[in-house]
Amino acid sequence: MSEQNGGGESERTYHVDLMTRVEGEGRFFVHVKDGAVLDARLEIFEAPRFFEGFVRGREPDEVVDIVARICGICPVAYQVSASRAFEAAFGVALPEPVRALRRLLYCGEWIESHALHVFMLHAPDFLGYASAVEMAADHKGLVEQGLRIKKAGNALIEALGGRATHPVSPRVGGFWKAPSKETLRALAGDLARALEETEEATRFVATLDAPDFTPDYVYVALEDGARYPIEAGDRIVVSGREPVDVARWDEVMEEHHVPHSNALQARLKDGTPYLCGPMARLHHHAEKLHPRAAELMREVGLGRSEGNPHRSIVVRCVETVHALAEALDIVAGYAEPEAPAARWEAKAAVGCGASEAPRGLLWHRYAVGADGWVADARIVPPTSQNQARIEDDLRGMAPGLAEMEHGAATELCEQLIRAYDPCISCATHFLDLRIERG
Amino acid sequence: MGAGSEGSASGAGAKVRLGVFKLASCDGCQLQLLSCEDELLALTEHVEIVSFAEATSRPDDGGPLDLTLVEGSVSTEAQREHLQEVRARSRFLVTIGACATAGGIQALRNGRDVGELLRVVYAQPAYVDTLAESTPVADHVPVDFSLRGCPIDKGQLLELIGALLAGRKPAIRDESVCMECKRSGQVCVMVAKGEACLGPVTHAGCGALCPTFGRGCYGCFGPKEGAQVAALGARFEAEGMDAETRRRRFKLFTGWAPAFREESER
Ligand code: SF4
Ligand code: SF4
Repeated sequence: MSEQNGGGESERTYHVDLMTRVEGEGRFFVHVKDGAVLDARLEIFEAPRFFEGFVRGREPDEVVDIVARICGICPVAYQVSASRAFEAAFGVALPEPVRALRRLLYCGEWIESHALHVFMLHAPDFLGYASAVEMAADHKGLVEQGLRIKKAGNALIEALGGRATHPVSPRVGGFWKAPSKETLRALAGDLARALEETEEATRFVATLDAPDFTPDYVYVALEDGARYPIEAGDRIVVSGREPVDVARWDEVMEEHHVPHSNALQARLKDGTPYLCGPMARLHHHAEKLHPRAAELMREVGLGRSEGNPHRSIVVRCVETVHALAEALDIVAGYAEPEAPAARWEAKAAVGCGASEAPRGLLWHRYAVGADGWVADARIVPPTSQNQARIEDDLRGMAPGLAEMEHGAATELCEQLIRAYDPCISCATHFLDLRIERG
Repeated sequence: MGAGSEGSASGAGAKVRLGVFKLASCDGCQLQLLSCEDELLALTEHVEIVSFAEATSRPDDGGPLDLTLVEGSVSTEAQREHLQEVRARSRFLVTIGACATAGGIQALRNGRDVGELLRVVYAQPAYVDTLAESTPVADHVPVDFSLRGCPIDKGQLLELIGALLAGRKPAIRDESVCMECKRSGQVCVMVAKGEACLGPVTHAGCGALCPTFGRGCYGCFGPKEGAQVAALGARFEAEGMDAETRRRRFKLFTGWAPAFREESER
């Protein structure tokens, strides 16, 4: 899939036509000459679907259904960030049991999405297989474990939302229907087993050899008081800078249209690329982890500032343990709410909302007209925020590639990008009408 | 459709060669295959994954495929060409989901001035390759079978693969969500809660999920053949819905399917 062009030893290019084991369609291109990196691009060519145009003229609850379709792997993240933006606009507060249910639903998505990435997409890189299915020939136990963990996450979303992909129950203010106590209790056994299996898998994954690479990251994550940030949070924390209110994120962050990508790239206003996602959350909030996850971190020797993107697989495992342990706690303490959703009325207003998608900060902003219909929408997904950071990493890695065999070097580039768990469908679908105003 | 006519796909012993391809989509339908957690490994004893970019890095050998699953709608020229190449090497091609089968949510752009949309969306419209319309796969190449839904139902996917392996017709019922809902003993959300529900005109397959969760069906499995769509639209209006909201109700994930399109343009 890769080739060497240009003349002699001193000039090399590394690229693939279509990255595999990632969500969506992208490729990369790295060009090094005499030790200098001339170009390092993550090219996103996934076809645009123009979502932000489609939500105009829609009611808030319709928007929750529509934005889910941006991503088949993290639909709950879209549903929740959108709901939170409308709730902010209309001044809606979720009653405690409904808030806990939303967090439980979101835990299901973290479990399902992290397990997919750890076991099906990323682990084969460390063990030297083309896919999880091929890996299963020699590591059947590991793959089966991963599938069971993933299934426990999906089962949680199905119980709360009806189906694991594009669940039908979430809405602005909460849910269309709250599950019964019995429904949730029935999940506890599988969740407990998945928790133990994830702990076991983490111990194994932590022993895998990862390439050495530790760039200097500016970490960005949501903050939700004393909780590890998942489904909510009103402030965004940024390494070495003041925290920012969610409502003001677009005053601090800026998106750019680069020629080689169908996605926009976000950076801080001063041009600094930043990292969001599991490593950023852990860096800022490790002390808020569930005791089971914190204990495991100590046991496997994972620090809060891991810093090596290839080791994000261990961080994802620890976050999966956190999500499973918290899910069990929420299930154990669950009492059916009086109403499945807070009541609200649409009005002319603007609202911003954010949540921590499995891949990182997902920020939405909606303007609603007096008719209760959406007039303007803006969404900043995690992968468009990480894109500039990924390109910087490729640039940082490139000089070292010269000593490697060409095929292995190309593979290492792809592995680096895969370690980010990029969600390319998400990144592409937010080409909005902003440029008109800018 | 011819699923059963030629016996099980590749003869005794040989594995069925599977290709999974993506056009404009959210990846949610192909994900359903990976979400068959209990069946996935057993399935690979009978099925060889020849092409499935999201799941494997093994290079596609470019050879013929016994079963091809296509997700997503055709929305760029490159996708149209890719689809034709895929069709040429496929024996049995199945569209999976509302995007591939009906054009998907992205078909909402159809009928708008895409040049205009592009100019306001992108600083550099010239960089972007896009067709004026997002269209279903069947508008471009012959399709042997279609699975509906946004996303498809995992059970229906397994039934389809199982049927092909066994050389029989997939047992997928042609009825409405309304029938599934009644059979499962749900209280009708239209009668009990006054929720607008597309169940009477929507193809079955989901198990009447939305009514089970106390809300009206939003039609993600698309129109059932021969459904009285206009009659349902008229009923919505008779119960007080304004015409604009009625149009919007039919203009969602399968809004480009002719029966729903007609109702959303009326
Ligand atoms: S039909 Fe729905 S779930 Fe399937 S790819 Fe299209 S948007 Fe995603
Ligand atoms: S009830 Fe209708 S909208 Fe809901 S999942 Fe089923 S087909 Fe889709």
